[in-house]
Amino acid sequence: MNSATVRNLLVRGMLAGLGAGVLALIAAYFLGEPNVDSAIHFEGHHSHEHEVEVVSRSLQSTAGLATGVLVYGVAFGGIAALAYCFALGRVGRFGPRATALLLSGTALLAVYVVPFLKYPANPPSVGDADTIGKRTTLYFLMMLLSLLLAVGATLLGKRLAPRLGNWYATLIAVAAFALLTGLAYAFLPVVNEVPEHFPATLLWRFRLSALAIQTVLWAGFGLLFGELAERLLNPRPAVARSTGQAVAASH
Amino acid sequence: MAQSVAQPTAGNPAVPAKLPLKEIAPWAVFFGVLMLVLLYFVGAEQGATSVFNGTDVHEWVHDARHLLGFPCH
Repeated sequence: MNSATVRNLLVRGMLAGLGAGVLALIAAYFLGEPNVDSAIHFEGHHSHEHEVEVVSRSLQSTAGLATGVLVYGVAFGGIAALAYCFALGRVGRFGPRATALLLSGTALLAVYVVPFLKYPANPPSVGDADTIGKRTTLYFLMMLLSLLLAVGATLLGKRLAPRLGNWYATLIAVAAFALLTGLAYAFLPVVNEVPEHFPATLLWRFRLSALAIQTVLWAGFGLLFGELAERLLNPRPAVARSTGQAVAASH
Repeated sequence: MAQSVAQPTAGNPAVPAKLPLKEIAPWAVFFGVLMLVLLYFVGAEQGATSVFNGTDVHEWVHDARHLLGFPCH
């Protein structure tokens, strides 16, 4: 029965990831694409190396964007659902929906926001092609580090909770996470490859739209998956029946 | 005791039962790897490393890669 629960949660996670991916795609198309176009426009004006277009811009900004964002949504949906199976009933007194939203908020922070604050998203024409190897390694390293620190902080908080109570245990766990993240920020190398004369406002708007896409994705995932998980784990008729019994028993 | 907590009662939302780790592990390993492979193709293929020759995968997911925050080129 439990193995079936894991499978059902995984399937629902991937579906919720797909749904959240659709929402993120809408945000990406309307908020992000105008900035990508402006950045490519800048690139066209300031560099004279014209590469052969393998995939046309109109395909990149529609079908290509959709493929990337939806696959990303499904993949993270699946991973988050598996993490949810571990977290369920273990992180504290949270029901299925609250656990889903908590997990998804933590994922947004650990998987995206924390790496983003050190190595933010860059529009086309920002970034030196020769350093792609270094930048990719640093980005994934930061992501992995942040994820491990988040898991570590959760375990620390859980361990301290019986002695210090939930409030202080959570404060110490969050403080430990912030401190170690700060150290990682301080010691990992800085990447600054913004070309001269690249508009600062365009860079800001691009990065803000990138953050908006992730916020939509994870908020959408948390709410959708929470709803699906709630219905799977606490089916309505059963809840109604046992509530009825409890009320009957208490009177 | 953990079992009794799992029973929903009126006005007190149920704390769900824990799923045993050995039930989760095989799913987590197999699907975890599969999902990471998907993420690799969206986020990094034909950038720093390549499984396939050429730049088709890179160019196809180009906009998504930029907007999702991956280092692109």
